[in-house]
Amino acid sequence: MASVSRPLSVRIDKKSFPAVGERPANLVLKNVSFQVEPGSFVIITGPSGGGKSTMLNIVAGLDKDYEGEVDFGDGGPTQRLAFVFQSPRLLPWRTVYENIALALPPGDPRLANIPEMLKRVGLTEAANAYPEMISLGMQRRVALARAFVLEPDLLLMDEPFVSLDDPTAQGLRELLVELWSRRPTTVLFVTHDRAEAVMLGTRILRLSPGPATIAQDVPVRLSVADRSDREKVRAEQRRIFGEA
Amino acid sequence: MRQAANAPVRGLKVGRVGWSLISLLALVGVWELAALIAQSRYLPDPMTVVGVMVREARAGELWGNIAATLTRVAFSFVVAMFIGSAIGLALGRYPLADRFFDAWLIFFLNLPALVIIVLCYIWFGLTEVAAITAVAVNKIPNVAVTMREGARSLSKDLNEMAFIYRFGWWRTLRHVTLPQLAPFFAASARSGLALVWKIVLVVEAFGRSNGVGHQLNIAFQLFDVPMILSYALAFIVVVQIIEMAILQPLIARANKWRR
Repeated sequence: MASVSRPLSVRIDKKSFPAVGERPANLVLKNVSFQVEPGSFVIITGPSGGGKSTMLNIVAGLDKDYEGEVDFGDGGPTQRLAFVFQSPRLLPWRTVYENIALALPPGDPRLANIPEMLKRVGLTEAANAYPEMISLGMQRRVALARAFVLEPDLLLMDEPFVSLDDPTAQGLRELLVELWSRRPTTVLFVTHDRAEAVMLGTRILRLSPGPATIAQDVPVRLSVADRSDREKVRAEQRRIFGEA
Repeated sequence: MRQAANAPVRGLKVGRVGWSLISLLALVGVWELAALIAQSRYLPDPMTVVGVMVREARAGELWGNIAATLTRVAFSFVVAMFIGSAIGLALGRYPLADRFFDAWLIFFLNLPALVIIVLCYIWFGLTEVAAITAVAVNKIPNVAVTMREGARSLSKDLNEMAFIYRFGWWRTLRHVTLPQLAPFFAASARSGLALVWKIVLVVEAFGRSNGVGHQLNIAFQLFDVPMILSYALAFIVVVQIIEMAILQPLIARANKWRR
């Protein structure tokens, strides 16, 4: 029984992509190092193509070709990880229900939570639909449900609300906040949307242009109630990012 | 002006099945007419052929031979699909193997069916194994090429998703990989079946003592055209039934998730 929990710790000394054909080798991340307290919602933002997604892939274990170390702290290798990708990445030949159920091992007790989860994300009616038959917004809700039903220790999200119209994206953000406050978990959330960053995050990491390092590491000073107040969100956005 | 397939003909609505029936009846009509004009024992009229078919069926010869042929088709089809898929998937996944074996694949794709059949019989004797091997070897390169395309097009995104959510190899295979390969598998199964039917008959004619191919060979030696046509017709009917009753429902089921 450790009284002090060891946080997630990410250290990437160097990450580059090898030269392909005409394109020269590309050094994307250099000396990026940070720790994440359990239960915090960390936003990673910065220029596009600047290595944000690459960083997330490294933390997820999808990209092992880098110099450095990812230490999951107390959770260790047994910790549960969920990833909400830029596209929903659902299996088109499996129903909404099956897509969520497949994230859990067969016979897992959490399978019993799926109907409740479907209700919460408003997909009860669509449980037996195939992903191609529902809208992109609904598909993204399936991806959220799949991640949360796992009750992850670490949740990675890579611009999960892009290419949606504003009201739909806003609805999904509110859903995310609701799911997250019901069961707080450590989140690494990549976005280039500054308003979204301020509304969701408890801490913002800004990456510099490539090769990316951490240019800014600031806490978001907003209470849960403040986050639904547009004026307060805008003021905080100005404080962190300067005049937009 | 061309008419759509289901356009009304003189106020009568004709469906797809209707058009097939009309078309087939016309073919039988042309045949009947040709037989009438030719008045030759080498071009029997449709009723004569049906009579021979009924006689052969009553004697049990027809079904026995068709069953023998179908068994060979089934075995060589399964063997070819299995081995061809394994080779295709391996080549699609490992570029080095693909580069090395590509020339082999082209060699076997262009090797005439007859050469493979003759060599198999010479090397392995006039046996059932040689017959099935010959048919399978003819089909394997086609399956391999199609499945290689399938393996090349596998989604990296979905594989990463399966890795994150700890699917393990069995769930990944069953829910991620195989459904992506299904269309390629269906395509090679369909074209494969069409090819296997034809080659099995040749193999039987050359070195087997039963089966439709064997019967056709005997009928050829006797110039027994009614016999040849009755076996051909019976065979076409059986092949169509298998296509419609087994293959098409399977494909429809695999595609039901599509929009």
